[in-house]
Amino acid sequence: MGGRRRVGDVLPLRLKPFLDPDNRAFWTGGAGGDLMVHRCDDCGWWTHPPRPRCRRCLSTRVRPRRTAGRGRVATFTVNHQPWIPGSDLYIVALVELVEQAGLFLTTNLVDVDGSEVELGMEVEVVFEEAGDGIHLPLFRPVGRR
Amino acid sequence: MTRLIGERLAYVAGIGQSAVGRRLGLSEMELTCQAVLAAIDDAGLVPADVDGLSTYPGAGHGTAAGGFGGPGATEVIDALGLAVDWYSGSFEGAAQLQAIINGCMAIATGLARHVVVYRTVTEATAQASGGRPGMGGGRAGVSGPFQFLLPFGALSAADWVAYSAQYHFRRFGLTRERLGQIALNGRANAALNPKALKREPLTLDDYLAARMIAEPLCLFDCDIPCDGSTAVVLSHVDTAADARHVPVQVHAAGTAVWGRPSWDQWEDLATFPGRDPARHMWSRADVGPGDVDVAQLYDGFSMITVLWLEALGFCGTGEAGEFLEGGGRIARDGALPLNTAGGQLSGGRLHGFGLVHEAVTQLRGDGGPRQVAGPPEVAAVANGAGFTAGCLLLTRGLL
Repeated sequence: MGGRRRVGDVLPLRLKPFLDPDNRAFWTGGAGGDLMVHRCDDCGWWTHPPRPRCRRCLSTRVRPRRTAGRGRVATFTVNHQPWIPGSDLYIVALVELVEQAGLFLTTNLVDVDGSEVELGMEVEVVFEEAGDGIHLPLFRPVGRR
Repeated sequence: MTRLIGERLAYVAGIGQSAVGRRLGLSEMELTCQAVLAAIDDAGLVPADVDGLSTYPGAGHGTAAGGFGGPGATEVIDALGLAVDWYSGSFEGAAQLQAIINGCMAIATGLARHVVVYRTVTEATAQASGGRPGMGGGRAGVSGPFQFLLPFGALSAADWVAYSAQYHFRRFGLTRERLGQIALNGRANAALNPKALKREPLTLDDYLAARMIAEPLCLFDCDIPCDGSTAVVLSHVDTAADARHVPVQVHAAGTAVWGRPSWDQWEDLATFPGRDPARHMWSRADVGPGDVDVAQLYDGFSMITVLWLEALGFCGTGEAGEFLEGGGRIARDGALPLNTAGGQLSGGRLHGFGLVHEAVTQLRGDGGPRQVAGPPEVAAVANGAGFTAGCLLLTRGLL
């Protein structure tokens, strides 16, 4: 286990998403402190990854909406292999947002050691600025500083 | 109306494989020519008899691009002076097996009668200048589904597969001792495969002491990049009377995607996207999991094999740990001999096609010192995970 990292200190280098009209709100919403996920105005279904049609009712009335920025750890791994040279241990996690069952995001957990992580652990979003207006949504245990 | 199971119009008439190893110093085209010509010869044919060609993943994945794929279809057609009525090279579909299924479909439609199908890798050569890389080297920006994985350092399928492993450890009591049986079994079988990359004994203590890659997956849970090419010749069943070897029929293919095809958006963490092609395949088969005599299940990571064991119904969801306890059931003399040439974990990452080659070898009874008793009559082959997965049932003789 191990892998306790802080925001800004998870990886020495991160690949960045290429921004487009569909994903811009998700990747930049953190500037205002908001985790934005596409939701259908007609049927209420949350769709991630962000796409221009609701994947339940195919409505075009889909737009980024503010989430509570809260979720639970669905599963995770402590990554050891330095895929990026110079990286130390870090936690990659799948977080299920509270808004909808199966609304998953891959992320990094911060401010927690791998040995403390449990499936179902409650977590909240914290953003890491990555340049070019991109704010990566990371998660930490609720109430953790 | 009688239901058409058109893949049964095809049988494996020939198999061939190039030299297999690390940094062989052979070009991707040389490896491919070795395998393709060997398969054609094994089928009792000459290149002029071949009227179809299929490959995975097609052009654009050669050594310079990382060695994930060899030369593309048209390049090989040209190199061998073939004249074909049909060809295909494609990445998307039921994982690597789609290239074989495409060949079956060409035969079923009458577009071709003798199709050679190949898969070439040169990842050992491509990675010779450094360690095994994750995805995304040199990318300016990531788009598509990988944009939601790579920025978080989830740069390898090791991380994505570790999700399933961690879930099985926490929810179903899978342990390193049980998961390790996949690697130990592969190594024991590789000892009897002269082409295998790793043949020295591997003990449970060795496994448990190995360094972690992505918890709970360790080094021995990951396959070994290699150079090599594997080919099969598929022929129409109406040529079977002339076959040089016992025909190995394609009994059923599984190609479905009913859930979300994704590494991290699959709805049910207890299963994986192999679930759908597995169900699809059994719906097209006249036999069931209990009839399978030998299994060649994808082991790019040991955990993927675990997921296929469950998806294909060899045990229930979450029960693979118990199934693997002690390793006896998956041994060559067990109830379900598994990855009998060592799989990719010890045999080398021939990326799916090595498993097909071994399934045919076993069904023919040509396994030599590693031949399972019988010889077996029904083999299951599974490839892939994440957004791409597929499976095949092969039978000795025509059912």
